[in-house]
Amino acid sequence: MNGLLLNILLALGWAALSGDFSPGNLMSGFGIGFVLILFSQQIMSGPSYIRKVWRILDLFVYFLIEMVLSNLRVAIDVLSPISSLRPGIVAIPLDAQTDAEITLLVNLIMLTPGTFAIDISSDRRELYLHIMDADKPDRVRKEIKDGFERRVLGVLR
Amino acid sequence: MNEIISDVLMLLGTTFLLLAALGVVRMPDLFMRMQSASKASTLGIACVLLSLAFHFPGISVNIRVIAAITFFFLTAPITAHLLGRASYFVGVPVWKGTVIDELRGRYNPMTHDLSSDDKTASAARMPLD
Repeated sequence: MNGLLLNILLALGWAALSGDFSPGNLMSGFGIGFVLILFSQQIMSGPSYIRKVWRILDLFVYFLIEMVLSNLRVAIDVLSPISSLRPGIVAIPLDAQTDAEITLLVNLIMLTPGTFAIDISSDRRELYLHIMDADKPDRVRKEIKDGFERRVLGVLR
Repeated sequence: MNEIISDVLMLLGTTFLLLAALGVVRMPDLFMRMQSASKASTLGIACVLLSLAFHFPGISVNIRVIAAITFFFLTAPITAHLLGRASYFVGVPVWKGTVIDELRGRYNPMTHDLSSDDKTASAARMPLD
């Protein structure tokens, strides 16, 4: 997080030098500072800050795409005949262990339609999800683990 | 241009909200209703708020819209999760068409512990039905 502090300082410096502390100018100062850090990363603190920002963006974009796609899937479910639905409750093995990791992961899972977290086992080894399409529980497990969990751990670890 | 984006977002948002309401009426059990009510409505409300941001340009409206969406996205899943967990725990039945229920019998009804292991679970099987 040292990189973020440096980036904010660069943005403030930019705003002070140009004598304009408007939000737009601060934003452009932040952007220019980010590019500066990007180019000077080998000399300075190493690539960790840039990589972290990249992972956060990756998680955010993945979440937006997943949310829109699964909303459309649930919209189809809502409009299709009830008898064609195949809901179920499945257990997902958890790699996330700390409170922050589990909270972020479950919050993202709850926000994407079709997956509904019911509970986590007391020893934090399994997450129980109610899913709308439980015909292939293994595919859902793989989707959650390779999709959200890998990215969440990449951001937080 | 802003007007068109605003109109499209408002239309999308209200469509998602309509679908969420339709799902609450049509879905056969509590968990599927919760899915519909808590998910489609978050995206629907986000779209409606973004539509407002495009309709009323200006930094103060935009910041409030972003804050409202952020807090909604932070709190809505928690309420849904708590309702769902409490309902499962007190034994609200799942729909007969549910194909798989790996949570069944895992709760210890006395201690509220949830075991991840089959063997310990069967020792303290929760009486369902």
